Amino acid sequence: MLKALFGNLTPSAAHRGWRRVVGDFDTWRRIGEALREGKLDLLGLWGDAAAVHCALYEPSTRQILSATIDVHDGKVPSLAIFHAPASRLERAIHDLFGIEFVALPDSRPWLDHGRWPDRLPLAEQPRAYAPLPPYRFLETEGPSLHQIPVGPVHAGIIEPGHFRFTASGETVVRLEERLGYTHKGVEKLLCGKSIVEAGRIAARVSGDSTVAYSFAFALAVEAALEFQPPPRAVWMRGVMAELERIANHVGDIGAICNDAAFSMMHAECAILREQVLRACTVAFGHRLMMDRIVPGGVTADLEPAGQEAILSVTQQLRRQFPELIELYDNTASLQDRTVGTGVVAAALAAEFAAPGYVGRASGRSFDARICLPYPPYDAAPIEIVMRPEGDVDARVWVRIQEIQHSIGWLEAALTSLPLGPVHLPVSTVPAAAVEGSALVEGFRGDILAYVRIGPGRRIERCHLRDPSWFLWPLLEAAIEGNIVADFPLCNKSFNCSYSGHDL
Amino acid sequence: MRRRLFKNLVAVPCTEPVSEPIAALEAAGAQLRGIIARRLGRSLAIREVDAGSCNGCELEIHALSNAFYDVERFGIRFVASPRHADLLLVTGPVTLNMREALERTYAATPAPKWVVAVGECGAGCGVFTDSYACVGAVSKVIPVDLVIRGCPPTPTDLLQGLLGLLSDGATAAAMNAKHS
Repeated sequence: MLKALFGNLTPSAAHRGWRRVVGDFDTWRRIGEALREGKLDLLGLWGDAAAVHCALYEPSTRQILSATIDVHDGKVPSLAIFHAPASRLERAIHDLFGIEFVALPDSRPWLDHGRWPDRLPLAEQPRAYAPLPPYRFLETEGPSLHQIPVGPVHAGIIEPGHFRFTASGETVVRLEERLGYTHKGVEKLLCGKSIVEAGRIAARVSGDSTVAYSFAFALAVEAALEFQPPPRAVWMRGVMAELERIANHVGDIGAICNDAAFSMMHAECAILREQVLRACTVAFGHRLMMDRIVPGGVTADLEPAGQEAILSVTQQLRRQFPELIELYDNTASLQDRTVGTGVVAAALAAEFAAPGYVGRASGRSFDARICLPYPPYDAAPIEIVMRPEGDVDARVWVRIQEIQHSIGWLEAALTSLPLGPVHLPVSTVPAAAVEGSALVEGFRGDILAYVRIGPGRRIERCHLRDPSWFLWPLLEAAIEGNIVADFPLCNKSFNCSYSGHDL
Repeated sequence: MRRRLFKNLVAVPCTEPVSEPIAALEAAGAQLRGIIARRLGRSLAIREVDAGSCNGCELEIHALSNAFYDVERFGIRFVASPRHADLLLVTGPVTLNMREALERTYAATPAPKWVVAVGECGAGCGVFTDSYACVGAVSKVIPVDLVIRGCPPTPTDLLQGLLGLLSDGATAAAMNAKHS
């Protein structure tokens, strides 16, 4: 399909990582049709000065490609008319760049809440502030319906966002999300920054995935500048990425059980998570391993004491985690809440190219570590975990098994860690702008990084696409027909990022 | 489950004693400490407000409730509504999109109330300085009584900061002695 669509187009010479082609209105329409027919997955859609880019993945051939369309008269055709998952992305591009998507089915602003000093902040000519009319939520009508507005300040220690529930008695008829509250202007902020400064911002797009973001950013920069990081650094990146995955998975499994009022699992899992974070501190000097992965390698070597701390925590997980799995599996009151709750249909998961455990728990066979392997996973494959059921329970089980695989992978990686330097200077000074893209599997799903570096080694454009873009809409679908009280459970089983999405 | 419960009953707790509040924090919280201790004794209800953080601070604030730090043993608890809170724990470079929500949350908190800004972003604006979408430090929006820095601050930093507000040094030492 990709070949048929783009075989005759010359890929851009400046773009590395994978091919990027420039198409016309007709190419864009054919992309839309291929997305509608399910032959391609949409992995990203982002704006640029006078252009729109998309990243496409073909599951049958496991190939990825980026395509670009130039903006004419401020307009490009909408992909959302063919493919619903593009809708929020196009709305966001419109808010930031002012690019108009012809016949975009939903033209409401998305990230712009009418509060920024300038509208269209990334456009060449931002427009002066103008108050926006109140956000128009989708209408729901019926004699027995009532609405429950929640947020942006929620009851727990979580990120801000607004949920508008329409319920019939206890049953949720519709959930509509209103996001963008944590929009920090990351994409504009990245423009003109040095590679080092940009790396620090990339590490703070979504704090729980800081390793994965730094990893994706580093790979994209290294692709653009055609740099090979030293082998020891490559493996240490894998070690950090798996530690981050384990810490988040363990913590979230406990939190999901807590939302079903089973606090004992929460307490036990929180202890394990804390111990993983403490091992990370010994090994890498920071609990969340923030700013440890940088273009060129990693910032500090892994000392024997750190290695020992990691191996000791994996041993502990091997001893204690199976008991907790047994507890989860054998507690009928807990299973009663998780089994059959918040089902994401396989067809929807496929349509939205559902990232991470949400996709894999609904039968979508995609994990960037396996399908588009990057170092070190190209040399040390990890097993893909899938379940067909698509409910909260399936998502928990995918994560349980991913923890087990990650432990095995970590132990193997640590015993065969190559020796040598962990960082080499990336000194290439490009004569003209160069671009690079990368896809990294964070704990939540695949993170896409695109970067364009100018001749002065300054960032010209950088886009970081969080997996949550394709997860949030599925949460709306998953909760439909469930009771209101099961929302926290569904929500936690997705654990979408607000900050990563709002950017 | 019974086996697990029994095991935990006889096991040594993993909860750790907390060291004395660090000097810098002590200076910052000095004036407050007496007031809060007089008003509230050893009971502090906290409403956490994410005003635009990357979620890193939230992860560490969460960790305060795990068995190692067990913040509830000090009478500190997190509440669901600002109307039940004595203190707002605010993270993030306040975004323009969250500014009003933060102001309203502050207004909904009954007096006497205190505000603690958490993290580099809450303290200044962190790496998001100069963004069109951020107001910046929490203190630019609501009055801040104490700042706990760090990116993110560790649970130990957070705990020391909060305990610094609650008690004078002698009480903290006594509390620790009881637990060690």
